[in-house]
Parts: sequence; structure tokens; C-alpha cells
Amino acid sequence: MTTPPLLALDGLRAGYGRVEVLHGVSLTVPEGRMVAMVGPNGAGKSTLMSAVMGLLPRRGGTVRYRDAPAGSTGQMVAAGALLVPESRALFTDMSVEDNLLLGFLRRRRAGERDVRGAMAEVFAIFPRLAERRRQLAGTLSGGERQMLALGRALMGGPRLLLLDEPSLGLAPLIVREIFRVLAELRGRGLSILLVEQNVRAALQISDYGYVLELGQVVAEGPSATLAADPRVVETYLGQRRRDV
Amino acid sequence: MDPFIFFALLQDGITTGAIYLLLAIGLLIVFSATRVIFVPQGDLLAFGALTAAGLQSGHVPATLWLLDGLSAAALLASLTGGVRAAGRALLVWGVYPAVVSLASVWLARREIPAVSILLALAIVTPMGPLIWRFAYRPMADASVLALLILSMALHFVLIGLGLVFFGPEEASVPALSTANFTIGALDISGQSLCVLGAAVALVVGLGWFFGATVQGKALRAAASDPLGARLVGIDAGATGSLAFGLAAFIAALAGVLIGALTPLSYDAGFEIGLKGFVAAIMGGLVSYPMAAAGALLVGVLESLGSFWASAYREVIVFTLLIPVLLWLSLRRGSDEDRA
Ligand SMILES: Nc1ncnc2c1ncn2[C@@H]1O[C@H](COP(=O)(O)OP(=O)(O)OP(=O)(O)O)[C@@H](O)[C@H]1O
Ligand SMILES: [Mg+2]
Repeated sequence: MTTPPLLALDGLRAGYGRVEVLHGVSLTVPEGRMVAMVGPNGAGKSTLMSAVMGLLPRRGGTVRYRDAPAGSTGQMVAAGALLVPESRALFTDMSVEDNLLLGFLRRRRAGERDVRGAMAEVFAIFPRLAERRRQLAGTLSGGERQMLALGRALMGGPRLLLLDEPSLGLAPLIVREIFRVLAELRGRGLSILLVEQNVRAALQISDYGYVLELGQVVAEGPSATLAADPRVVETYLGQRRRDV
Repeated sequence: MDPFIFFALLQDGITTGAIYLLLAIGLLIVFSATRVIFVPQGDLLAFGALTAAGLQSGHVPATLWLLDGLSAAALLASLTGGVRAAGRALLVWGVYPAVVSLASVWLARREIPAVSILLALAIVTPMGPLIWRFAYRPMADASVLALLILSMALHFVLIGLGLVFFGPEEASVPALSTANFTIGALDISGQSLCVLGAAVALVVGLGWFFGATVQGKALRAAASDPLGARLVGIDAGATGSLAFGLAAFIAALAGVLIGALTPLSYDAGFEIGLKGFVAAIMGGLVSYPMAAAGALLVGVLESLGSFWASAYREVIVFTLLIPVLLWLSLRRGSDEDRA
């Protein structure tokens, strides 16, 4: 008997206004695995994240999370699906500490009280945030913002972490740091759906990968296999980049 | 000018300025959390004052029946939301209005000023969340302009209700203090001190609420980044409810305070609210300290203006808006509808 996947999309359709962006996407994230989704700009990767979280109406197909139909954004968050969006969506006029504190809200509602402990864990992963705990989130550097966005999600004790381009706009050194943390989280058995432009790195640390183009899955497979797929190599890995 | 007259005017100005400050704070809280410009706040001010005045003269005010009716509707509406939601709703929209109603009917005869005032606050405060629930929330995603139009419509509805409930006569709220202090040759009224004390207490209390409590921080977060707030599990409905509850409480409080200084009629709230709005605009609808300075400035200018050029005092106050708006638009460029 196999356990049902943590997240399962079957023929998901979604879009904006009259424009359909996702034309029936099927994808699964098994418990404890990291699944990467790559694809060109405008393929619909962020749209997929929004639809999964219920930020955008799901127009067709099904989304199942924890073996039940996915609900509203509030219900998804309550059930431990935590998204770090492309925009980061930090509370810029609040301190680093307050941002983290609010990330803990979900667990607080569930009766947990050890904010300090949870914060110490995040600070252990990102020592830089500890140094800047009183600083306003809006005054952080790009890399620090991403660390805070990730940290805020971790404060919520995620069952499923959805990361939309965590390396976007960051210097190579910081990108490496972020990927080191992602590998560590995966090592701890956290389930992760990772959207990345940084295809090589994403396929290196993930278990399984999907290639999304124009709102459809055009290739999928175990990450190592996918990384060797000639089509993927040609389109996404053609240019050897020494920085990753 | 005679320094004593000047001092009396100044005291007057600071007192009314404190009232405008309260209203400006209410407007800022609601706007930052929900993008609603809460015009009916002024009408809730009048409701607060007239409800207290009514109770004090031994009547059970009709605002109580409004509260009961809206609460019953909210209770019914919550029945669709599952057992847990319904249980909570029963407490908030069933037990609370019942207790307030019984207390009002029973205590109205006794005509104790402090009790009348507390009951007025208890009756008017829940109208904020109720108005949010039934009027604004269904169109929470509408543009700022559409929400403003809704606000104006609600303002007229509340004025109409006010006339039906209270009639056209003016009424006074009992003063919390009738004392008068004399320092040298200067007279200071106890009620002015009460107003200032209440304003300071509210500012300190809100400072604590927003700065030190999780709920207060959640409200700030919802204003700071709505998407981020949803993603950490902050419910937009609850945030709106809290913001409107605070604003309605502030309005009712301002009403019972100012109602002891000047008699108010059912339609007096709008103009007072408008001056609070001028102050809030001076804070660019975001800055509390700027709004506070603006509120005191409006109060003092209005008071001095009433002495020198009483026919023009409103003109003086609203003319203040022009340079402020110019400055704001120059500073912010053209991103005003970004919200
Ligand atoms: N709010 C919106 N309203 C209308 N169209 C949108 C909106 N957001 C995205 N789109 C459109 O949907 C399509 C997919 O966008 P999406 O952001 O999901 O792509 P993406 O794969 O995340 O791209 P990127 O790699 O650049 O982040 C694009 O054509 C985009 O223009
Ligand atoms: Mg994207």
C-alpha cells in the first residue's frame, strides 16, 4: 500500500479574467520530498502556486491536499501549506522579529506558545536575521529579505512549503546560501514544492521535477533523469553557468 | 488680544482638537486595514452622544433596537458557517446584545451619568463590526472610490435613522466633571481635562495594542501587506471587524465627550467627522503623529477663527486642506490609487 501524496493536482485549470493560464496541470508532491518545477517566464508557475493556495479561483480539475479537497487560503494555511511568494510579501514597516512572530500565528492558534524556541530555530538557520532582529523588514537587503520570508514561513511549522523563486534577484553567493538551507530542510524531511529559474541547482537538490511551458507540463521525471534529458539540457541547461 | 480670552480660546481649541484627533485615529485604523474611508464614523459619534443623552433622560434609545436587529441578522447569517462559528456568534451576537439590552432597560430609569455613558459605548461600538459585516465586507475588493461612495450612502442612511430615532432636537450628554479649576487668573474646565485625559489614554492604549499585542500586530500586518497577512493566516474578515469595532468605539467615545461640551443633534456628526478627516489627510492617511498635529491645528485654528472671523471658521479649516493636498501630491507623485 502506498501512502497518498501530500499534494496532488489533477488537470488543474486557472487564469485571470477571460485568459486561461493553466490548461490542466497534473502534479504530485509526495510526503517528505522536494519537487522542483521549472519553466520559462510566463509559463504559469506563480499562477499555479496561487491556485494551489486558493489565492486564485481553481476553475477546473482538482487539488487535493492531505488527502482532502484543498480549501480556501485560510484553510490551506491552517492545514500547514505555507507559501513564500515571488514578491516575498513581507511586512516592510515592521521589525524582523515582528514578521517572524506573525509567522508563528498559525501555531499559536493551534495552542503552541513557544515563540522564542521557534525563533531561535530560525535564527540558527539564518544567523544574519538574529543580528537584525530589530531592524525594519523594509530596510533589509534582498538576500536578507528572502531569508526573512523563508524564516517567517518556517515559523509557521509547515507541512508543505511552497517556494516561488527563492533565488530571484540574489547574488550568487546568497543563492548558494539559500540552496544550502533548502537542502538542509529537505534533509529534515520537509515536503517542498520549489519553483525555480535556476534549473541546474533546482534539479540538483530536488527528488522529482516538472517542466511547465505555456501552462502545461511538457516533461517530468526524477530530477537526475530530467537533468540529463536532451530537451531540458538544450533549453534550460545549455549555457554552462559556473556560479552554481 | 486679551491674553485671557486667548487662553480660553486655546483651551477650547485644544479640547476640540483632541476630539478631532480621536476621529482621525479611527479613520486611519479603518483606512489602513480595509481602504475604507469611514464617513459614517461621524454619524456613530452622534449616535453615541444621543444614546447617552437618551438614557440619561430615562428613555431606552432606539439605537438599542438597531443593535438588536443587526445582531440578530448576524446571528442568522452565521448559522451557515459551521458549528464552531455559530457558537462564537451566539456569544457575540446573541448573549452580548441581550445583556446590553437588559442592562439598558433596567438602568435607564436610574439616570446615573457614568452608567448612561458606558451603556452608550456598549450599544454603539458593535455597530462598527456590524456595518462592516453587512455593508463593506461584501464589496471588500472594490476600488477605494467605490468604497467611498458606499460610505456616503451609509452616511445618509444613518442620518435618516438618527432623525427617526432621536428627532430633530439637540441634546446634551451629562458632563463627566463639572469642576472648574482656577490657576492664577486662568480658568480650566474639568470636562476639558476629561477630554484630554481620554484622548491621552486612548492614544497610549492604542500604542500598546499596536506595539505589544499579537492582535494589534496582526492588524498592522494586514495594513502593511494584505497578501503576506493572508499567507500567515490572518483572516481579512476578523481584521476588518476589529478595525471597525475600534473606530466605532472611538466615535462613540468622542460623541459622549463632545456632547457634554456642546449640545448635538442627529446630523451634527458629519461636520465633526469631516474635521477629523482633515486631520487624517494631514497625516497622508498613514501617519498617526502627523494626524495628531493636524487635529490640534484644526481645533486651535477653528477656535481662534471663531473669535476673529466667526463667519469664516469653516472656510479657514477646510482651506487648510489645499496646501496639504498639494504637498502630498507633489511628494507622492501619482500612486494614489495603487492601494
Ligand atoms: N494578475 C494577473 N492578471 C492577469 N494576468 C496575469 C496576472 N498574473 C499573471 N498573469 C499572466 O499569467 C501568465 C503566467 O504568469 P505567471 O506569473 O504565473 O508566470 P511565471 O511562470 O511565474 O513567470 P515568471 O518566471 O516570470 O515568474 C503570464 O502570461 C502573465 O502575464
Ligand atoms: Mg513567477
